[in-house]
Amino acid sequence: MNFREQIQRILPAWASATGDDGDIVLSSRIRLARNFQKYPFPHHASDSQLEQILEEVEALTAKLSQQKGEYKLTRLEALTPVERMVLVEKHLVSPQHVSKPAHRGVLLREDEVASVMVNEEDHLRIQTILPGLRLYDALELAFQLDDEIEAFVDYAYDENRGYLTACPTNTGTGLRASVMLHLPALAMVDQVKKVLAALSNLGLNVRGLYGEGTEAHGNLYQISNQVTLGHSEEDLIGKLISAARQVVEHERNTREALLKDSRIPLEDRVCRAYGLLSQARLITSEEALRLLSDVRLGVDLELIPKVNAQAVRELFLLTRVAILQKLIGKELSPAERDYYRASVIREHLKN
Amino acid sequence: MLCEQCKQRPATVHLTKIINNEKTELNLCEVCAQQSGMDWGMLFEPNFSLQHLLAGMVENDFMFGKAPAKGPVCSECGLTLADFRQIGQLGCAKCYEAFGGYLEPLFRRVQGSLYHTGKVPKRTGGKVRVRKDIESLRIKLQEAVRCEDYEQAAKLRDEIRRLEKELG
Repeated sequence: MNFREQIQRILPAWASATGDDGDIVLSSRIRLARNFQKYPFPHHASDSQLEQILEEVEALTAKLSQQKGEYKLTRLEALTPVERMVLVEKHLVSPQHVSKPAHRGVLLREDEVASVMVNEEDHLRIQTILPGLRLYDALELAFQLDDEIEAFVDYAYDENRGYLTACPTNTGTGLRASVMLHLPALAMVDQVKKVLAALSNLGLNVRGLYGEGTEAHGNLYQISNQVTLGHSEEDLIGKLISAARQVVEHERNTREALLKDSRIPLEDRVCRAYGLLSQARLITSEEALRLLSDVRLGVDLELIPKVNAQAVRELFLLTRVAILQKLIGKELSPAERDYYRASVIREHLKN
Repeated sequence: MLCEQCKQRPATVHLTKIINNEKTELNLCEVCAQQSGMDWGMLFEPNFSLQHLLAGMVENDFMFGKAPAKGPVCSECGLTLADFRQIGQLGCAKCYEAFGGYLEPLFRRVQGSLYHTGKVPKRTGGKVRVRKDIESLRIKLQEAVRCEDYEQAAKLRDEIRRLEKELG
């Protein structure tokens, strides 16, 4: 198997692709929280009840539309710790979900665009993920899967409160819509916090993906809706999209301003990052993310010729601790990881 | 980034608290986070979650009336209101009914609303959906009457009657 095939086997297709405003919006995600009417919520359910839920999900798996790819239920217990972490790094399951693997599962569509966490905080957490700013498409896909599941499951639903969830912060629509933004230029001029603070006034949540409030981790930020009750799913998403568009515009304007006023220092920065990535022999995941962010900016602004934009996009995921080990095919000590990470980056940038 | 409190260990715990549009951020190491968890009014666990913050809010919301020591008990799953305050999660779908009035202040505060206006389950929510359809048809009917579009109004009236029959 060559390197390309190996990567395709590990990364879902959406991780290599791009979409609307894909230079700045990495991905759009939808999560719908749903529960069975007849079982207590997972934290309050017995092991045998959790097991019954898994079995019900397993039974309905075969009945789901397999048009877009086959669905398969995986029990988290059946996976190695590294395999579980791979799912976390791909945003298919949450860290809390894998922290208690017994009686927990994940239903995955082959292309990993649609998935369901089983027995996380709620019985079912239907999730979809698409590249670029495509929240409405992601919502439509999530609703389709939701309807298909609902054909076999009596959901916990109340006329007034909507979909009932373990935590009252999710009650109603059970919707958490989020976009992942890459904001290197705003970070460079120290404006990220200001722009993002304005969003929290609009009832949106902002989180740094790899550590909140830190600039050093790839300049990736996640924006999501906070409220889930009292508004329709479309309204909640509409608000998020218009906020995301504004942030995208700020980022674009800042990039242009930087190009105009400080082209040489900017070029120097992104080319140095490329130099380090293409030559380093040891690299930590933090450093890799920081440099990849710079290189990605350089590629977006066409400051670094001959670098494959797709390869750079893929490296954001390939350099993660568990995905890297999966790619290399064995468990690695931290020191070994830094070595293999550097060589994967060099190899991938060359192709 | 170093911990904002001890300025020695790296900050691995990042907390953001937004209350009434005021945002507070804290970047702490694990050790200081454990200690300051108390100041932030929540139980700190390595897997800090919103639930703890929530539980604290319920606590405050109960000042209006003195609930019995343990509060009401859910007849379905046995969770008490006191349990909910502690863990911040409800036990089952029935808890919503069992603790009904006690949860309203919480919903108002956290969600700013008490009523779901989004998706209705296709199969199990049949009646609910019909009722919502009727509601929106009534609004359209009023609009049609206001515009003196009686042909349209008659159509809408028939449709509403048909749906009402469906409800039985």
